[in-house]
Amino acid sequence: MGHKSDIKLIVDGKRTDGRTVDQCREVTMEVNVIPAADGSAKVGFGSTVALASVYGPRELFPRFMQESDTGILRTRYNMAPFSVDDRKKPGQDRRSQEISKVMKHALEPVLFLQEFPKVTVDAFAEVIQADGSTRVTGINAVSLALVAAGIPMSHMVTAVSVGKADGELVTDLNGKEDNFGEADMGFAMVHDTGEVTLLQMDGELTLDEIKKLLDMAQTACGQILEKQKKALRDFYVKRGE
Amino acid sequence: MENQVQEKKAPRIVLPGEFIDDLKGRKTNAGVYIQDDKAYSQVVGVPRVGIYEVSVVPLSGKYIPAFSDKVIGVVKEVEISGWLIDINSPYMGFLPLSEGVEEYVDARADLTKFFNRGDIIACRISRVTKTKSVQCSMRDMMARKLNGGTVIKVTPSKIPRIIGKNGSMINLIKEGTGTEISTGQNGYVWIKGENQALAMEAILTIDKESHMPGLTEKIEKMVGGKINGTQE
Repeated sequence: MGHKSDIKLIVDGKRTDGRTVDQCREVTMEVNVIPAADGSAKVGFGSTVALASVYGPRELFPRFMQESDTGILRTRYNMAPFSVDDRKKPGQDRRSQEISKVMKHALEPVLFLQEFPKVTVDAFAEVIQADGSTRVTGINAVSLALVAAGIPMSHMVTAVSVGKADGELVTDLNGKEDNFGEADMGFAMVHDTGEVTLLQMDGELTLDEIKKLLDMAQTACGQILEKQKKALRDFYVKRGE
Repeated sequence: MENQVQEKKAPRIVLPGEFIDDLKGRKTNAGVYIQDDKAYSQVVGVPRVGIYEVSVVPLSGKYIPAFSDKVIGVVKEVEISGWLIDINSPYMGFLPLSEGVEEYVDARADLTKFFNRGDIIACRISRVTKTKSVQCSMRDMMARKLNGGTVIKVTPSKIPRIIGKNGSMINLIKEGTGTEISTGQNGYVWIKGENQALAMEAILTIDKESHMPGLTEKIEKMVGGKINGTQE
């Protein structure tokens, strides 16, 4: 956003990577890719790839963080230095701290953490290749990893990004649309109940456009949820063969 | 319960939030939550829909201690009046002196002569508070110190499958490999004997493939034995 550019993002209804406006990039999902973690997942939206791992429930230190009536969820979003064209300075910065926080709020509502007093569930989302929509890819990956770790949940969380590029409303923004488009919106929801757990927007949109984008995001979330479920089923059924 | 797994087709797997069954006045057990009198799954697992109860046997997850569970523990620390026990859970178990030793023990005595750091014990969970303070006890028929051998970790919910119907599976492994095996509901399995490696391999295979058909035959082939007297 904010960058002026001559790049045409949409030509004849086709986007820079040949998609139509409401089409997601190719989604790849894999469960339990990290043997040392209690649960893990690798999720790719086109060339954006995030790796998530979940540890716990496990003992929580320092002790003052312990809650005697409930467990807590800690999340960490991080972009690898090699995930972008220019090297990203390693470590947590203002942006990743914020995303870690919104990620936690996006996932917490579905967890039955009160079953685990005094302990923590630690979730890590590592973006190893970034091409737009990294935070929603991270949320999708952590959601899968939480299920794989056997943490009790009421539903799964699904996330997608929507936005506006070249005056058109689009689903699942890639890096170019993210940088040079007019608006982008990170969106996460519990698709089964219709609850929205993440809604962030950057750019300029009219109220009508926002309403349309929310509809588009819901439809896309439905498709992504099916893929999440398929990835889990495939893993647990094929494991024994 | 076990013969359901013997069926030749893979059982249904539910994911969190998936509808299992109408409750119809039944109780629910672990892995299930209720909404509008319907039972939904909390975890990824195999649903068990019974006459009195609806539950889900999870395919992954940590052990959470519950009253009267039989567990295998490893002594982590010797305290003034008891021992801290690692029970493969986010919560430590505490074995008080009075629950650990029958005889009278002088307050100044060295507790390491009963249980020392690293010792393996089979004990029972005698108390769990709401905030998950866990108390263990050796005042039980099965409770004893396990000398020698090794402890391996498996998914706690798979223990019943490792034991099998009336202990058929575990006896098969014991006889086939000439080992002594003791299982705890917390997912620790203690093995001691001449062919430990084979017994370990067999148990880890059950852990990995517990919900798949044709497992019994596979284990029979592995340890070279047959389950006698059960209708397969």
